Amino acid sequence: MEKRVTFKGWILPLCLIAPQVLVSAIFFFYPAGQAIWQSLFIPDPFGLSMQYVGTGNFEYLLSDPYYRTSFLTTAIFSTLVTLCSMIPALFLAVVADRLIKGAGVYRTMLIWPYAVAPAIAGVLWLFMFNTRVGVVSWYLGQLGYDWNHVLNGGEAMGLVVVASAWGRISYNFLFFFAALQAIPKSVIEAAAIDGARFWKRFWTIVLPLLSPTTFFLLVVNIVYAFFETFGVIHTITSGGPQQSTTILVYKVFSDGFVGQDLGSSAAQSVILLFVVGALTIFQFKFIERRVHY
Amino acid sequence: MKNLTTGALIAGSTMLSPLAAYAETEVQFWHAFTGRLGELVAAQVEDFNASQDDFTVVASHKGNYSETLNAGIAAFRAGEQPQILMVFEVGTATMMSAEGAVRSVTEVMEASGADFDPDAYIGAVNGYYTNTEGEMLSLPFNASTPVLWVNRDAFEAAGVDPETDLSTWQNVAETLTALQDGGSTCPLTTAWQSWIHLENFSAYHDVPFATQDNGFAGLDTELVFNGPAQVAHITAMGEWARDGKFFYAGRRNEGGANFRAGECALFTESSAGYAGISSEAQFAFDVRPLPYWEGVGNSPQNTIIGGASLWVMEGHEDAEYEGAAQFLAYLSSTDVQSKWHQDTGYLPITNAASDATRAAGFYDANPGTDVSVLQMTANDPTANSKGLRLGSFDQIRGIIDEELEAVWAGDKDAQTALDSAVQRGDALLRRFEAAN
Repeated sequence: MEKRVTFKGWILPLCLIAPQVLVSAIFFFYPAGQAIWQSLFIPDPFGLSMQYVGTGNFEYLLSDPYYRTSFLTTAIFSTLVTLCSMIPALFLAVVADRLIKGAGVYRTMLIWPYAVAPAIAGVLWLFMFNTRVGVVSWYLGQLGYDWNHVLNGGEAMGLVVVASAWGRISYNFLFFFAALQAIPKSVIEAAAIDGARFWKRFWTIVLPLLSPTTFFLLVVNIVYAFFETFGVIHTITSGGPQQSTTILVYKVFSDGFVGQDLGSSAAQSVILLFVVGALTIFQFKFIERRVHY
Repeated sequence: MKNLTTGALIAGSTMLSPLAAYAETEVQFWHAFTGRLGELVAAQVEDFNASQDDFTVVASHKGNYSETLNAGIAAFRAGEQPQILMVFEVGTATMMSAEGAVRSVTEVMEASGADFDPDAYIGAVNGYYTNTEGEMLSLPFNASTPVLWVNRDAFEAAGVDPETDLSTWQNVAETLTALQDGGSTCPLTTAWQSWIHLENFSAYHDVPFATQDNGFAGLDTELVFNGPAQVAHITAMGEWARDGKFFYAGRRNEGGANFRAGECALFTESSAGYAGISSEAQFAFDVRPLPYWEGVGNSPQNTIIGGASLWVMEGHEDAEYEGAAQFLAYLSSTDVQSKWHQDTGYLPITNAASDATRAAGFYDANPGTDVSVLQMTANDPTANSKGLRLGSFDQIRGIIDEELEAVWAGDKDAQTALDSAVQRGDALLRRFEAAN
């Protein structure tokens, strides 16, 4: 039996949702509308003239094989960043949850990398893996492996994934850790009394109870990988070698802010908007079904 | 509350400073220089302001080259543009096409009472920023050209005579083999591969980079750097990369770290690398002219410049243009120019500044610092060696970088890579043509 609480009249509910609507309108709908409008033109950078091209910007983009490849690059990058930031975070949270002594110190240390800005994280990793003078690449050289992410696309991808995921592990750790603390001890103890070992308890009790957090982090991390990683890519590879680390949002940035091609950049933003929208709908429709709240 | 008060105080004090000088006409100058160069620019501005009472130049740092250009563009859209904006050479076509946003230096200078003689400027430097009617669009400020840097100690260590003639790529090719045989792990590296090995390469061999006089004669230009001369050079470089004779460090000047650390024997880099190399290198080094392929094209023609120029923007009062003109005339004066050239390694922009530097004995005291000047002024520029004027050029350079990386990695041969770069670049040029 469902109990419905309804408002009498329209004034109060409208007032209550007005701030949120206003914020969304100013910071989301207005710029998004501008992007859609601009994507129909090829403007000159100074705003002196606009050439109406209709869907020309979209046709230009979608007929470009390098742009289409960038979708695949983005998919690989986002998947790897999400996995590489969530799995270690979960592992660390589970381990930290079982700590008895010094838990606070470990927690603080694990959260630390989150304070590092993506661009700075990029530079740190770049120094470590610098082909000639990097510490890590030097050790790899001692082991007989010739590290060169400047020319090797696979290595470049690996490096930007690690650099992007690294700071993110802390963020995910924080959420997983809090969620683990919220699982009632009695449930786990009951299972333990029934003879379930650690892994059995983890798979059958802990993981399902973590599913709302996991789902939330999945959505948030994919959005992060899509939108917030271009600082890392800009400092480490600038999208290279060739185009092996040019993800969609990096191309939006470089075409718009470096290349001054605002029409193409706007069209790419619109495409990106739809891609992420579709992805989020997909996640809520199909993955959320498996989430137990 | 405390923060608010402090904020108000700061806001108040920044508002006060221009007030104190309200009788003078203010000229805003946005530039991209930090560190040593930033200090030198600040000193120039201070000196100019002290030299007269009518104008105050206010210099502001707006980030790197791209960011400064973006700041200028955004400010123009908001009606807040500075009088003088520094734009790197790659942005030249963007600025040129912005009719109604910029005012040519010739026009500004002639309208003012400032001294101005277009013939005083060095043609090879000036030509990059001059239109086909001979009108000077912007004032070259910091211009450099690529040269060959030689680590003499690395030559000695590999048992190769550092006095070897490196004027042609044929000789360099043999030397690279000798260096490698002598144990060098990095015989050659480069900075700015597109600028040096395609753009300057084309000018130096007097072969076109793009049609319509490299874009000077019109927006309907098409890239043609996939010609036999360029393909042969990139093929040779690709083979050197494969054999470990050419070490690729990155798209910008990453190779500089390797050269300055003493790892690499040869380095193709801007003449403005002088400041960094002379202060950091723990080895004996030489500056040599950029090599050319003997018998290819009309080599050696002259090389072209990189760096930035100063643009005067539209939408200001007459008095402000007068101030801008006075400041540009000050920057072009012989004393200021020769000091700038000697301090930075950038090219002098006037013949007088070059002569004054020579007369002062600077080139004798610092051997190699005149190589860039000689290399640029050796011959009168041709249609192929005047410079490049291409829209969306920053992005085209990015495309060239990508395709060259494919060659260095061995994924593509030179012809395929350059054909692809030309095709992709042309698409951008057509978009630029449509927008302007």
